[in-house]
Amino acid sequence: MNDRDEILVRIRDLSVTYHTRLGPVSAVDHVSFDIRRGEILGLVGESGCGKSTLGKALLRMIAPPAEITGGQILFEGEDILTFDERRLRDFRGRKASMIFQDPMTSLNPVQRVEDHLVEAVEVHEQKVDRANVLERVATLIERLGIQKRRIHDYPHQLSGGMRQRVMIGLGLVLNANLIIADEATTSLDVIVEAKLVDQLREIRDQYGVSILVITHNIALVAEIADRVAVMYAGHLVEMGSVYQIFDHPLHPYTRGLLRSVPSIKLDDQEELYKMAGEPPNLTHPPSGCRFHPRCPDRMGLCSQSQPQLREVAPGHWVQCWLYQDHPEKESPTLEVTE
Amino acid sequence: MSEVLSTPKKTENLVEVHQLKKYFPVQKSFLDQFLAGRVDYVRAVDGVSFTIRRGEAFGLAGESGSGKSTIGRLVIGLEKPTAGQVLFDGIDLASLDAESLRRLRARMQVIFQDPMASLNPRMSLGEAVMAGLKIHFPESADSHRETAMKVMERVGLTPPQFFFNKFPHQISGGQRQRVVIARALVTHPELVLADEPIAMADVSVRALLLDLMVQLKREYNLTYLFITHDLATAKYICDRIGILYLGKLVEVGELREVYAHPLHPYTQALMAAVPVPNPHERRTMPMPEGEIPNPIHPPSGCRFHPRCPYARAECSTVEPEQRELRPGHWVACHFAEQFMG
Repeated sequence: MNDRDEILVRIRDLSVTYHTRLGPVSAVDHVSFDIRRGEILGLVGESGCGKSTLGKALLRMIAPPAEITGGQILFEGEDILTFDERRLRDFRGRKASMIFQDPMTSLNPVQRVEDHLVEAVEVHEQKVDRANVLERVATLIERLGIQKRRIHDYPHQLSGGMRQRVMIGLGLVLNANLIIADEATTSLDVIVEAKLVDQLREIRDQYGVSILVITHNIALVAEIADRVAVMYAGHLVEMGSVYQIFDHPLHPYTRGLLRSVPSIKLDDQEELYKMAGEPPNLTHPPSGCRFHPRCPDRMGLCSQSQPQLREVAPGHWVQCWLYQDHPEKESPTLEVTE
Repeated sequence: MSEVLSTPKKTENLVEVHQLKKYFPVQKSFLDQFLAGRVDYVRAVDGVSFTIRRGEAFGLAGESGSGKSTIGRLVIGLEKPTAGQVLFDGIDLASLDAESLRRLRARMQVIFQDPMASLNPRMSLGEAVMAGLKIHFPESADSHRETAMKVMERVGLTPPQFFFNKFPHQISGGQRQRVVIARALVTHPELVLADEPIAMADVSVRALLLDLMVQLKREYNLTYLFITHDLATAKYICDRIGILYLGKLVEVGELREVYAHPLHPYTQALMAAVPVPNPHERRTMPMPEGEIPNPIHPPSGCRFHPRCPYARAECSTVEPEQRELRPGHWVACHFAEQFMG
């Protein structure tokens, strides 16, 4: 067993509920999956599917009116949902960190790049030698492709791509094991985005850190991820290696989604698949399988009973009645051979 | 005059843009400006020429700060150019007074990126769709409601009676963009400026909106100026495309021709940077250094030269002209021949 197969985070039956005026919204509903050490895991879904809420829950950054209503998040075997404030703060810098879409709102506008990084170290590590820290910070910044002299700049003097790299640096300077990138490349131009993608891959290779890439951009996931998890309306509907998902998508939602992604290649499909309907409003989620109202393959059973997430081929998980038995099912269960 | 404005002349090119420039003065305090002794300008659009043929979908693509949205606003007369000319159906927009320009606008409409920002939250959807009719065709007030309903039905807001009295916050994002499209089409325009019209929509909704726009173009004989940062989406709607970099058009031609044989190093980098939804085709090409420079003091010569892997001495001193290297395919690069192999 190599390092890549070792599991860093086990998420079990995780549920997050928003308490709204219109009633409870189950944004993340009994979701279970693993994040392996040193992997880049792509978490994709459309707006409102719960992917960002899930990312925040992994750092326990869920604030009212939302609440983690159940499940476990086992990080290196320990359930972070049981941590007190002190342990949680320690966990949030040293073990896991997060990059958001807009780095300008995460960086302090009156603090230089260097101060951000030094402060992170000083807050989380006791008895640090300042000269030592400064050197660590300088080396890291250069490795991230930012010139050493820019370390004295303020956030507004940096380009968007550089700001995101400073945010990555904040995670790496404390040797975090997990970096969560929530739409971190979304507001960047394509060339800058492509460079950040290269950088994330290099960082993974150099530091062995696990990266959870949360995005609505399916092509980006094909470009960067080792494994892919697909969310729909608060459920994890399919998960597998990037090749399993893109070469043999199983869930009708994944299949439709992949066929509706525009491609720049001239020989790729001329017509995009037009999926019926729009993602549901989660104050009143559809009964049974939440995708059934839009599903081209729906059966009578689908609106009544919710399928389980099942492993149908080694490492390939899907939550769909097509691939599992039920006494009331009209059609035979599909066999998956890969 | 009004006759000229409301009746199409049917010129072959619906829009002609000649050496268009738009400079925005940089806001400074009086003292700074006095000490500097001059005003700095952001050269958002700096000498751009192209034509849009009647009935085609012409795309303008580029990264943020390339000037694509400013060009769109200049073409429909929302901004006045610093220099250069915009001809709509042979009429020079600069020659029109405010009233004539307003009349001409019945023939051009806009769809912006964010439908929530384009719709008045206190106006019902039906009122929003009818607004253009009230302004441009007040004489036919009796039929406004019926006309609006028909267009709403056509763009997929069915049944229209259900949507007519609803408000923007009561419908989904995809439906809102359909309202904006209906509002644009209700006056039967000839030109539709679509500035990132589907960038906000979810993937599964995007394909439907894109398909709707393609169908409507055919049914209503529309001409599109489609502005986008997304080259993959442009492939599904545009007939021709222009690639912008820092206020300059670096390459223009039939979309299929440009995508198959990109001749400008910037176009090549931009196309390579777009991720392909296929893990077997990951990018191997290295990306150009740096980011888009400041448009206040753009680089000399070819504006792309500081980032161009093929740059030679000449590139930093002499600005390249547009040259037609393949039929209908224009490129502004001194050394583009090397990519024709």
